[in-house]
Amino acid sequence: MDLNNLYSQIITENSRAAHNRRPVPGATLSLEGNNPSCGDDIVLQVKIENGIIEDLGFVGTGCAISQASASLMIDLIKGKTVEEAKSLVDLYLRMIKGEADEKEYIDRLEDCSALAGVSKVPARVKCAVLAWHTLEDALNNQNV
Amino acid sequence: MLSQYYKKDFKILSKLENDMRLVYLDNAATTQKPDVVLAAVKRYYTADNANPHRGVYELAMRATDVHENARSVIAAFLNAERAEEIIFTRNATEALNLVAYSYGLANLKTDDEIAVAISEHHSNLVPWQRVAEATGAKIVYLYPNEQGEYTEEELTSKIGKSTKILAMAHVSNVLGIENPVKFATRLVHQNGGIAVIDCAQSVAHMKVDVRDIDADFVAFSGHKIYAPMGIGVLYGKYDLLDAMPPFLSGGDMISHVHESGTTYAKPPRKFEAGTCNLGDEAGLVEAIRYVERIDIDKIREHETELCKKALEGLNSLGGIDIYPSVSSKSRSLISFNIRGVHPHDAATIMDSYGVCVRAGHHCAEPLMERLGIGSCLRASFAIYNDMEDVDIFIRSVEQTRKVMGIGS
Ligand SMILES: Cc1ncc(COP(=O)(O)O)c(C=O)c1O
Repeated sequence: MDLNNLYSQIITENSRAAHNRRPVPGATLSLEGNNPSCGDDIVLQVKIENGIIEDLGFVGTGCAISQASASLMIDLIKGKTVEEAKSLVDLYLRMIKGEADEKEYIDRLEDCSALAGVSKVPARVKCAVLAWHTLEDALNNQNV
Repeated sequence: MLSQYYKKDFKILSKLENDMRLVYLDNAATTQKPDVVLAAVKRYYTADNANPHRGVYELAMRATDVHENARSVIAAFLNAERAEEIIFTRNATEALNLVAYSYGLANLKTDDEIAVAISEHHSNLVPWQRVAEATGAKIVYLYPNEQGEYTEEELTSKIGKSTKILAMAHVSNVLGIENPVKFATRLVHQNGGIAVIDCAQSVAHMKVDVRDIDADFVAFSGHKIYAPMGIGVLYGKYDLLDAMPPFLSGGDMISHVHESGTTYAKPPRKFEAGTCNLGDEAGLVEAIRYVERIDIDKIREHETELCKKALEGLNSLGGIDIYPSVSSKSRSLISFNIRGVHPHDAATIMDSYGVCVRAGHHCAEPLMERLGIGSCLRASFAIYNDMEDVDIFIRSVEQTRKVMGIGS
């Protein structure tokens, strides 16, 4: 796998990520996700109204992969229904495990498919899924 | 260089990783194992295996001999007064927990103080936090200066009449320089306390003499000194061990068991509940012989030279933060960050050049907080590393900056 290529896309993405790196006013969900073994730590905030994810933002620190994946996720998920979001999270997680169909993920995950290469760097999978698992937990727990 | 003679003793180092030379610089996490060590483990299982202390037949006697001989070899290696002061554990963590839960719980009371160096590995810190919570004792943290050194001033101001236990590493797994354990131990003794010295990061790199340090307890892991994983050692002064309650209980650690109660064996067996890991004890003995054949002072000299070269290389690249940034003391590891690059990204990119370095908080989060960083990279050296490893390492750092678009 071309690591240089993967990283050049990640760096580009991170340089554009500033707009997603913020707390969300009126957030209905806020959840912390962390990777204890690496010290990556993010807080994801989500605002859901009438089953639509109106707004998302994140704060925290971590490696370039975890930060890029959080920002890409936010761009993809914003404006989607909770059900759509869950299905996209599922597809993304399968892509990172190397188990998703290429055509399907390029089509549905849009820019997030730039991270497909992480499936070839097993040690970094947990970085690429941190924000997504955090969102998944937040959505699954929203009624409790 | 020494390494040219020793590299060949480690099969894993001659194997290619992704078609590249393996540049293994994570020796502070665990070292590779030389063929003689692997052979010793196999020899035990093919010639001497039985449950020690439990059989009267000759094979069981031989196994018992392997076990007790290992104890004597380790006692001599650490310059302990007697073999009964050596207790086998799984690793340094278990050894330190043994001291905390046995000695600590039995001897600490409300408002006693445990002095803990802030740079301790979690395994010499979390058990003390838990024991403090259970007994009402307080933890007093010791802080190093900018050079990563614990000054006599700092130690004198923190260690006093209330200090019952000092927990300090001989060498921190992040800062990499020798701590003033002799001074600290003397100070805690003058105040009536005891010293627990974690030698996990020193035994493979410098002479550890428990009587010279005058440590009350010393812990280390075999796997960081060329021995297998799963075997560790606790040294403890005999009289202290004798007065301590057992840690784990069950078979092998008893004198007599009756319906009405149990009397315990004398140390060391009081602290070795259950069947020990004799195969790896045999491996540890062979690893110690290996280190002694080369000579620990020569190993230190060699690693110091590699570290010096690596530090020069890093400094000449610029844009690198080193922890501690300056020190006149020799080290066998370097903790650092590439400015603007998260250590995990750096370690992934360096790995693509065959270079294995550790990235993370190194199980020393309180120190990381103190340094104002969440994590860092660490390159750590061993006998088999050579100047070419250092060159490849420096080039991989340079490449990392390029890939991450820094300094170009
Ligand atoms: C200073 C120090 N103490 C203790 C340990 C714990 O060693 P182990 O995980 O083998 O118990 C380590 C190793 O990671 C260490 O570097």
